[in-house]
Amino acid sequence: MSTHTNIHRDDLSSKLGMWLFLFTEMLLFGGLFVVYTIYRYLNPTAFHQAAQELSIFVGTLNTIILLCSSASIAMSITAIRLKNKKAALLLLGVTIILGLAFLVNKYFEWGNHLREHIYPGSAILALRGQGDVLFYGLYFFMTGLHALHIIIGLVFIGVVTVSVSKNRITHNNFSLLENSGLYWHLVDLIWIFLFPLFYLIT
Amino acid sequence: MSDHENIREPSYLEYEGKHKGIFAWILSTDHKRIGMLYLFSILTMFAIGATIGLLMKFELIAPGKTIMGPQTYNAFFTLHGIIMIFTVVIPGLPAVFGNFFLPIMIGAKDVAFPRLNLLSWYLYVSGVLLVIISQFTGQGPPDTGWTFYAPYSFKTINNMLPAVFGAFVLGFSSVLTGLNFLVTMHRMRAPGMTWLKMPLFPWTLYATGWVQLLATPIIGITLLMVAGERILHIGFFDPVLGGDPILFQHLFWTYSHPAVYIMILPAMGAISEIIATFSHKALFGYKFMIGSALAIAFVGYFVWGHHMFTSGMSGTALYSFSLMTFLVAIPSAIKVFNWIATMHKGSIDPQTPFYWAMGFIFVFMVGGFSGLVLGALATDVHLHNTHFVLAHFHFIVFGGTGFAFFGAMHYWFPKITGKMYDTKWANTGLLLFFMGFIALYGSMFYLGMKGMPRRYYDYDEIFHAGNILSTMGSWVLYSGAAIIIINLFYSLKAGATAPADPWGGKTLEWTIPSPPTVENFTDQPIVTKGPYDYK
Amino acid sequence: MENEKHDIIPYRTFLFVLAGLILMTLTSVALTQIYLGTLTIAIALIIASVKSSFVLRIFMHLKFENKFFSRMFIAVALLICSVITLTLLDYLFR
Repeated sequence: MSTHTNIHRDDLSSKLGMWLFLFTEMLLFGGLFVVYTIYRYLNPTAFHQAAQELSIFVGTLNTIILLCSSASIAMSITAIRLKNKKAALLLLGVTIILGLAFLVNKYFEWGNHLREHIYPGSAILALRGQGDVLFYGLYFFMTGLHALHIIIGLVFIGVVTVSVSKNRITHNNFSLLENSGLYWHLVDLIWIFLFPLFYLIT
Repeated sequence: MSDHENIREPSYLEYEGKHKGIFAWILSTDHKRIGMLYLFSILTMFAIGATIGLLMKFELIAPGKTIMGPQTYNAFFTLHGIIMIFTVVIPGLPAVFGNFFLPIMIGAKDVAFPRLNLLSWYLYVSGVLLVIISQFTGQGPPDTGWTFYAPYSFKTINNMLPAVFGAFVLGFSSVLTGLNFLVTMHRMRAPGMTWLKMPLFPWTLYATGWVQLLATPIIGITLLMVAGERILHIGFFDPVLGGDPILFQHLFWTYSHPAVYIMILPAMGAISEIIATFSHKALFGYKFMIGSALAIAFVGYFVWGHHMFTSGMSGTALYSFSLMTFLVAIPSAIKVFNWIATMHKGSIDPQTPFYWAMGFIFVFMVGGFSGLVLGALATDVHLHNTHFVLAHFHFIVFGGTGFAFFGAMHYWFPKITGKMYDTKWANTGLLLFFMGFIALYGSMFYLGMKGMPRRYYDYDEIFHAGNILSTMGSWVLYSGAAIIIINLFYSLKAGATAPADPWGGKTLEWTIPSPPTVENFTDQPIVTKGPYDYK
Repeated sequence: MENEKHDIIPYRTFLFVLAGLILMTLTSVALTQIYLGTLTIAIALIIASVKSSFVLRIFMHLKFENKFFSRMFIAVALLICSVITLTLLDYLFR
């Protein structure tokens, strides 16, 4: 029905739509926070001890990486609005590289655990006790789901970067960039809570 | 005729754009065509689900085996639940009538995101396909009930993953529809249509949209956890690994209770429209109707534990959930009062939709009162997992959403199709439907109080007479439904031409042709009056 | 389009906020190394909430948007907290 796709563009609708979608993501992870709360309450010592096996250094580094990437994508909006396409592209590139760095860190972190046979369903993990099984089950599930959202976010930002370079996103028309930023910030927000809950409860 | 034809704009049914034939429908982003795509999909799923129900009732006409073995029976009640809940009543009114009429009733050309709307339908179809696939792959169809309770849902050798993912995809469809409707109402109301000039049906879709948006992700993640349990042995719900099966129930019902408000709120909105129109009187207590819709949506988040009273929760949880359950009944009662008050001193035109609305009020109240019986802790202990519960939710969901769906079908049939349905056959079907309904489900209240469990393939001889009545009721109900649907299809071809406003309705859809043109309005309406201006 | 020039947030603001966020991150790491019993997780979550409010208000622009967005965000956050609380009512009192 092409007659009514020539509707006057409504950026506020797009923004509202993205915020509503972010609320669904909050609730999606919210369900996992419910599970975390209950099992942490029921297994305080095991969670406390298992958390000590995670590397605070890597966790902190990843937190700072994501915070920087949030800043860089926010700044890319300022750049595009100041008609500085080069700066916008640079900042978007920085965001993507930082996101990839996060994933690389995660890969090595998980790799370490897998090498020690710590993963959901492993017999070694089961031998360590129920509290450990639940801690690592939650750890892999929540950071795994989060990593999936990082990947989705990076694809989104990738598409936006191409659009900026092709002048489809400009100082007059940057709703898509803004919305990709909102999504990325949410991914950052989730990590802001995941970090203390898994790494800092030692 | 031909001169007039040349000037007249094509209706949304006739319009031929870029695509031809079937592609003009399945690639269309017109909210009206998408509403119709949903209508045919949902009616198909309803027919399948109803037939399964019919067969289940036939099995139960006598103790012992009648036509199927116990494993088949378990697979049947599972499939019946999955189909009816996830593919019929949850999408139900929003996907069909919300899609078709929300933009029109607020004076807009379409929803906020038309392509997202089409994607919602594609997701719906994909979810349905996954559910169908679940029946034919792996070690046998799912047999856990639509509630997928742990630990059985991850221990059963039967095929669970396609059904679990099907439900997930269907949930995603629901979320996107809710999101679309919320943005539509925030941003696309016609000039002059303030929030407090918007009719009740859009308002209930608004309340429903928030529930779709904020509750559905919980079941999404819970289903992913079940998949994680089955595939990875993650341990969240497995007692051996330290998990708690009751936590599954908490998470499951945190969505599935608000889900029933997704089912009933738009139904209540449609009933409000029907009653106002056929009483030729403004809806009584318009602001209270809005407030009660929002209150139901809000309070409905905090009652889920009433599905778990006998599962082993703490005493504190028990009485907290019971208290909240009683509170959520209050706004529903306000609505019933206001519907009756609307009819009082109105000029009643007893058309088919109005009969459906009257039937709705009756069965909804019966269902609602039985809900209070279940919401009280002491009585629930006796009635949980008995046929009493089956009766309760069939009265309130099938009676509620079902009656409203059929009422809305007849109310808006002239507008959607441009034809009038045959009233005699419509009313005959309705009467049979109603009588069958009462026999089928009314007897279940009695059977439940006497102690007959649900989801049981076999039963004691003392329950035999009640079951015979119930099964016969199912035949009458099914015949009534068949007559109703066949009448509508027949009237599509052979019905009288419908005028723009056959009922004297005052909301915006009655100001445009039947059926509507593609863009709905030739000029954007400017709204100056409230929605029920019957002076 | 409601985007006027004076609405654009300068780079400097983002960098200051980023510095603050990193500082808060390092603070929370340091504080949680001290044994504070049940207070540890509370402090960590409070700092996380403060960090979040900066991300929300500055990076995500909520400070400058229509109040509806902030209110709905808070409402959703409260909803999640309520669900957690109600679920805890079961486990806390078994």
